[in-house]
Parts: sequence; structure tokens; C-alpha cells
Amino acid sequence: MPKITVYVTLKPTLLDAQGRTVEGAVHHLGYEDVTNVRIGKIIEMEMPGGAEEARERARVLCDKLLANPVTESYRIEVQP
Amino acid sequence: MNGGAARVGVIVLPGSNCDTDAGNAAREVMGAEPVYLWHESRDLQGVDAVIVPGGFSYGDALRAGAIARFAPLMDSVARFAEQGGLVLGICNGFQILCEAGLLPGALARNEGLRFVCRHVYLRVENAETPFTAHYRPGEVLKVPIAHGEGRFTCDEATCERLQAENRIVFRYCEPDGRVTQDANPNGSVHNIAGIVGGPRNNVLGMMPHPERASSCGLGSEDGRRLFTSLQAGLVGRADVRA
Repeated sequence: MPKITVYVTLKPTLLDAQGRTVEGAVHHLGYEDVTNVRIGKIIEMEMPGGAEEARERARVLCDKLLANPVTESYRIEVQP
Repeated sequence: MNGGAARVGVIVLPGSNCDTDAGNAAREVMGAEPVYLWHESRDLQGVDAVIVPGGFSYGDALRAGAIARFAPLMDSVARFAEQGGLVLGICNGFQILCEAGLLPGALARNEGLRFVCRHVYLRVENAETPFTAHYRPGEVLKVPIAHGEGRFTCDEATCERLQAENRIVFRYCEPDGRVTQDANPNGSVHNIAGIVGGPRNNVLGMMPHPERASSCGLGSEDGRRLFTSLQAGLVGRADVRA
């Protein structure tokens, strides 16, 4: 059964308040050259059928529910 | 309305926590009968207006408002709104209306990450909506906010359209009405606190809580006229019932 992993992240144009805060902590640890810390979500699912079909169904789920098109982008990985 | 008291529907979702406050404002300020509508039903029971109240529906799982919009009752609310019925979304209600596509944009995590719970000042940008007719244009209101995800966000084209169509109803401001970055509690684009949509500007979404500023014991009564405006707006709309 294909395993699907969906990565949901804030759009690059949008301020990631959490990422900015974590980046500050990273700098406090002494890693001051670390930049562009962004925080997102990982959503894992399993569904029956072939890998391509699963990818297409996951895409529909992302568009309808898992990601908000105004603020978020997503990327889908499928393990057959 | 058929001569009797108006009936104002208040949506109740798992995790709603301002439903009773909204119902109380409808009863005490509007003289209306609150009708609590459970999310699993599709029946709006013929109410004259709908309030989607604040809270943390479904524990804000995934995103605030993301799950609530799939409640069976929300289909009926969408139809009611499309027909011109008055729908007021407060706080989580605003988030739900955006997720449902009844209003444009989205509410992102506050810029400062903190949950902000305090009184803020709002400038009335449009006093000609069914929700603001009893305010003066430019009037400054003191109303509380209580949210962690209230940063109104939309793309530039949407923002320009909202401004061109005069659909920005409230902006966060200083006590003297100046709209400044310091007065912006959450990082909302252009200090936007509330917008209208729908075919007749009949859908209002706002992060501040007018129902928590509607009686003298609550520290401000500036929210009252939103409900009296709503009441007045119902009189001319007997044709739209749920």
C-alpha cells in the first residue's frame, strides 16, 4: 500500500513567525550563519492503489483540506 | 421577521467557546431570540441572521477553522450567505469563513507568536455595511481581541480589491485613530481587523470580539452598535431567511 508524505510549508513570501523565533535561538547557540529557518508540517497517510493514483488523490486532498492555498505550499512524496 | 423578535442563529461547533456570549449579545442588545444550531444538522431553522462564534473549533487541528468548514451546517450557512443572508463571523468564526471561501484571505499565526488577549482600538473604515450602519465613519472603538492566529493575510491583488471595493471595515489603530504599526497587535496586512464579503456585503468577519464589549460590566460598550446595526439590517431583509 503506497505511503504518502505531504510536506506543508508557509509560502516563501509570508513571514514565518515561528521560524524567525527558532532562528533567533539557533543564533543564540552560536550558529549565527544559519538563516532562513522555516517551519512546516508533515502529514503521513496510507492509501490503496497504485503510486500515481495515490499521488493524484493526495494532491486533491492537499487542495481541498491539507494546505491553505492563500498561505501555504505543499510537496508530495509517494513510497510505493 | 414577521413582527416578532428576530431569531439569530449561533453556530455551535465542538470547541466553540463564545457561543453563549454571542447569544447573550443577540438577546440583550438586539432583543432577539438566540437559536443555537448544532454543527451536525443542516437545518438553519429559519433564522434571520447567523453568527459563527469564537472558540477553538476542533482544537484548531491542522489550521484554525480548517475542519469546521466541513461541518454539514456550514453548507447551509454558505447558501444563506450567497442569498444575501447576514452572517457575522467573530474570531474563530472569521477564520472559518475564510477557510470556507466565504471571505478572501487567511488568518496566519500572530507575528509576535504570542496569544494576544487585551483591548485594542479599531477605526471604522466603512460605516455603510449592515453591521456598521450605527457607527460614524472614522469612529474609534475599544474592543477586546483574544487570538493566536489573527494575522490577516492575502495576496496583493486581493488586498487592492478589498480597498477598491471598500470592504475593509475595521483597522487596528491608536486611541486617536491613527493607523500605525505599533497599533497592529498581530501583524495583519494594512492593520486589517475585519472585512466584508458576499453579494451585498452581508458577510462580516472580524478578529475582535464585539460581543465582549456589549454591556457596561465588560469594560466597553463599543460593540453594542454592531448588534443594533445588525438588528436594523434585518428589517429591510425579510426576503432572506434561512
